[in-house]
Amino acid sequence: MKRRLTINKIILALSTLSALIGMGFLFWILGTLMYKGLATMHWDIFTKDLVNGGIRNLLVGQFVMALIATVIAVPLGVMAGIYLREYNSDGKISFVIRNLSDIMMSAPSIVIGVFVYALYVDRVGHFGGWGGIIALAIMMLPIIVSTTDNMLSLVPKELREAGIALGGSKHKIILQIVLKAAKIGLTTGILLSFARIVGETAPLLFTSSNSQFFTLNLNEQFPSLTVSIYNLATYPDQASKDLAWAASFVLTVVVLIINLGGRYLTRNRKK
Amino acid sequence: MSNNKDIMRAEDFSFTYPGAPAPTLKSINLPIEKNKITALIGPSGCGKSTLLRAFNRIHDLYPGLKYDGKLLLQNQDGTMENILELKSESDLVHLRQRVGMIFQKPTPFPMSIYENVAYGLKLSGVKSKSELDGRVEEALKGAAIWSEVKDRLKDSAMGMSGGQQQRLCIARAVALKPDVLLFDEPTSALDPISTGAIEELVAELKSEVSIAIVTHNMQQASRLSDYTAFMYLGDLIEYNKTKKIFMNPDEKLTEDYITGRFG
Repeated sequence: MKRRLTINKIILALSTLSALIGMGFLFWILGTLMYKGLATMHWDIFTKDLVNGGIRNLLVGQFVMALIATVIAVPLGVMAGIYLREYNSDGKISFVIRNLSDIMMSAPSIVIGVFVYALYVDRVGHFGGWGGIIALAIMMLPIIVSTTDNMLSLVPKELREAGIALGGSKHKIILQIVLKAAKIGLTTGILLSFARIVGETAPLLFTSSNSQFFTLNLNEQFPSLTVSIYNLATYPDQASKDLAWAASFVLTVVVLIINLGGRYLTRNRKK
Repeated sequence: MSNNKDIMRAEDFSFTYPGAPAPTLKSINLPIEKNKITALIGPSGCGKSTLLRAFNRIHDLYPGLKYDGKLLLQNQDGTMENILELKSESDLVHLRQRVGMIFQKPTPFPMSIYENVAYGLKLSGVKSKSELDGRVEEALKGAAIWSEVKDRLKDSAMGMSGGQQQRLCIARAVALKPDVLLFDEPTSALDPISTGAIEELVAELKSEVSIAIVTHNMQQASRLSDYTAFMYLGDLIEYNKTKKIFMNPDEKLTEDYITGRFG
């Protein structure tokens, strides 16, 4: 009895310690970011473009690419998820697609960047916003597919049967009832995957590349916040390094807010 | 042998689930009489729910199953139509509008109370707002829930109690003015008071629709139904007037089940 109590105490102490170490690093990173980021923040950086020492064009560029990628990936991914769950849940094709999708989700993002470079950038002959959008959409697609698949699996089958029993056709019940019942889960998944791609660097490095100037022309080099952080941090002058810190801080805050929003939605559903 | 009393009838009906080596239902012959309540009883796994779910072919949602024999449904002109011959989705949709179903767990849709009832009506092609309003009210009154919900028709149906949700589901089915309503253990997830309300409602509905009800609750079957069918291991053992089944069944097996010796 005594021995078991001792073991219990040791395990408790060890797991508490591990948690503290993990949290310690997390807060270290956040703390450094806040300290360095806030010290170098000026409201100016939101009104000036990179060429004048600000990040306005970078923020706009990053969001434009991530948003268009979302607009492309969400309908495709949701439809694929619907096929997997509602039309061919146990089929061989679904088995293959599910596994491929899982593999794609863990594919290194730089590989996706290289892929889009070879397939698109190299053919059109120049970097451009579209390249970045394609890469981000490819990153997002498997996440949306698996989120949709999982969220639809949580909708009780009785709800589908009830719809069918009222004289609905299958596609109407899926679109008008099942998707509605899974709405919160889907929205959360989309928000979280958006937060994921908006902070990506590797897929953009040699697809959109980067631009110092404000542009909305997706056929030319496109401003990217993450690529800029990568570049600025390696420049020798202090002003560039400071801007990199400030930009990192802004990006972290944005991603954090989207994540919290997603979690807030999920929590409200459980109530 | 045309028998106009039967709104539906199973004739030598067998049913096999996908991949199952043997049929779950074996050559069932069972009438569902017009404007009567027919109870299906029997121990778990006897096939009573499977049979009920065949009457509106909700099974067809899942591929690979096999029907044999006939399931007949009476048309307006008195002729009997074999619903196992229906092939197209639109025919099945039409069948389900005529043969509605209430499930074990209440299944409100994630929308307002009003929309829940109006949904089936819209599916069946009712468009005019005033007609929808009228039929939603009529259905909610028919399901004895109008007075409780008339001031909150726009509220989400998910916020209602379990018993209210179940009556809403009944209202939703009644709104389509079906010929037959199938109840699959409609009160097994409800408290005694809600159960009483549902039973009362089912008894009242009898004047307008014909009803088949699957139940595990023997008292419920004896209180509610006019006819009772006792099933065991995929066979229909005995079908008769409820009184006869409960007072003086012909089969030993039925008597053993009724008196609680097994099941």
